[in-house]
Amino acid sequence: MFNRDRWKEILEVLTTNWFRTVLTAFGVFWGIFILIVLLAAGKGLENGINADFGDIATNTMFMWTRRTTKPYQGLPKDRSFEFQQEDVQSIWDNVPNLRFISPRNQLGGFSSGGNNVVRGLKTGAYNIYGDYPEIINQDPMTVTSGRFINYNDINEKRKIAIIGLGVRNDLYEKGEEVLGTYIKIQGVNFLVVGTYKKNTSDGGEEGQKEIFVPFTAFSQAFNRGQDVGWMAITAKDGSSISVLKEKIVDVMKKKHKVHPEDNRAIGYFDLYEQYNRVESLFAGIRWIAIIVGSFVLISGIIGVSNIMLIVVKERTKEIGIRRALGESPWSIKKQILMESIFLTIISGMTGIIFGALTIYGINSLLDSVGPVDMFLNPSVSIGVVASALTVLVFSGLLAGFIPANSAIKVRPIEALRTE
Amino acid sequence: MIEIKDLHKSYQMGSNSLHVLKGINLSVEDGELVAIMGSSGSGKSTLLNILGMLDNADSGEYILDGVPIKNLSETKAAQYRNKFLGFIFQSFNLINYKNALENVALPLYYQRMPRKQRQEKSLKYLEQVGLKDWAHHLPSELSGGQKQRVAIARAMAAEPKVLLADELTGALDSVTSYEIMELIQKINDQGNTILVVTHEDDIAHMCKRIVYLKDGVIEKDEKIEQVRVESHVQ
Repeated sequence: MFNRDRWKEILEVLTTNWFRTVLTAFGVFWGIFILIVLLAAGKGLENGINADFGDIATNTMFMWTRRTTKPYQGLPKDRSFEFQQEDVQSIWDNVPNLRFISPRNQLGGFSSGGNNVVRGLKTGAYNIYGDYPEIINQDPMTVTSGRFINYNDINEKRKIAIIGLGVRNDLYEKGEEVLGTYIKIQGVNFLVVGTYKKNTSDGGEEGQKEIFVPFTAFSQAFNRGQDVGWMAITAKDGSSISVLKEKIVDVMKKKHKVHPEDNRAIGYFDLYEQYNRVESLFAGIRWIAIIVGSFVLISGIIGVSNIMLIVVKERTKEIGIRRALGESPWSIKKQILMESIFLTIISGMTGIIFGALTIYGINSLLDSVGPVDMFLNPSVSIGVVASALTVLVFSGLLAGFIPANSAIKVRPIEALRTE
Repeated sequence: MIEIKDLHKSYQMGSNSLHVLKGINLSVEDGELVAIMGSSGSGKSTLLNILGMLDNADSGEYILDGVPIKNLSETKAAQYRNKFLGFIFQSFNLINYKNALENVALPLYYQRMPRKQRQEKSLKYLEQVGLKDWAHHLPSELSGGQKQRVAIARAMAAEPKVLLADELTGALDSVTSYEIMELIQKINDQGNTILVVTHEDDIAHMCKRIVYLKDGVIEKDEKIEQVRVESHVQ
């Protein structure tokens, strides 16, 4: 592969006409540069949006009850009903490939306004959730002190609470010890055993102003019996909740004697579907980047091919001499192809390097001005760079192919005749 | 060395066919110095091209050193050219971005001779044509006569069976022409077979045999008393 004379010749040929070589190289350089920068920009947008989604388990649906809209099995329409705790088990029994099912109850928020939590002289209005320990996997938060709910709390119906940093800031003085104190939620005392902080930005201020208590203690304290307000259900990796949700809803309809065609009795929100919608937007952006970049690259390659044709034309006589001296056609073809590939790769590499430098520049600019909405860490993977290089070698071959063939098609006697 | 029997060649010029070679019979022995003479259009260049495997004959036989030359693939033709033939052209045909040494080394490069050996050998041949000190000069820095010497060195570098020279003095003044012919005679004295195409009578008479071509047939083929350049110049 490495042949000193061959490389010397390639360099000689390419440096004979510097200006032309640089102009030609610029086409490929620009194509790869645009491709890299567009892909990085798309990735930056994707990273930004994904950061907004945070660590929320995206393969998740939320499900709640509404009023029936059809009479069924002797039951009237407009009937209201509640999910029951035993429903969780029937979903487990009937629907495979689920990872978490968290029944939840809630106080505050949209159900009631007004202050519902009291500590000494301070009061506040917060969302209070009755939850199982698994919820921390579906709605991720960082426990900053103490602990989260565990199954002993559930089994013994302990009246404990984990409060958000927002709640802590409202109800406690700065530096005051939080763990071991009591807060009164709608007249019932709960022992604070932990604080949390949500790392998602979508919760914002609101996300930090929540209180989590054991599901069983919630039901008892606030008189919910076996009722379940709503459920958060996460599917296992590899199966989509969007596929499983029909089945889950059907199980619930059957259990609660809801008409099978009553589509309004059970409400749900499919997070995965929303997430997928955003994901497919990114896929679209990625494709646009690839297509636009590729077309620019193709025009660069056509430029290389064009110039190689001219080079071959210019060197017709030289090629004739070489063949008279006994150079084989294949050797001439190889020479032209290597010149073309060399030119393509050198300019492509320059494009990649400049693209990388641009991305690096944008990144340090982002670092210095602080986070920008919906844009984070634009980057291209090493895989993209590797495949870009492969494309370059391939397109170099392609660009050299026609000129190389035309070079050996000229018969030596005709080539020698050219003055 | 060279055996040609009933060689025919015609060119297609639009709807007309131009019959250039009309049955050439020629036999050249080892060590001969043959001039092929003829006015323009006599077919001498065509004959040389066929001898040089740059062109194919329509019919007839061509045997070079016992090897029949027929229906060669381009790759095979390139190999034979490299091994059997050395070309000297009227317009020198040096590659202008390579220096004298590299030009001479080209045929050896196509034989895949190692670089070092190649350079040694090329230098030896450059020395033989008296241009050792010019080895690293580009063709543009050489005079016409020097260029032709480099071309001769290049033709000989691969130690071919036959040297083919096409009007090798055509672009040179008479003094330089004689110098070149002196070199050719010297090379011939060493036992190399050389074919010279020319239309200059004095050049032809510096060979040992003259073949006169006219309208595609050999008109006359005679051995002559060779005029040595040394005596001629003095």
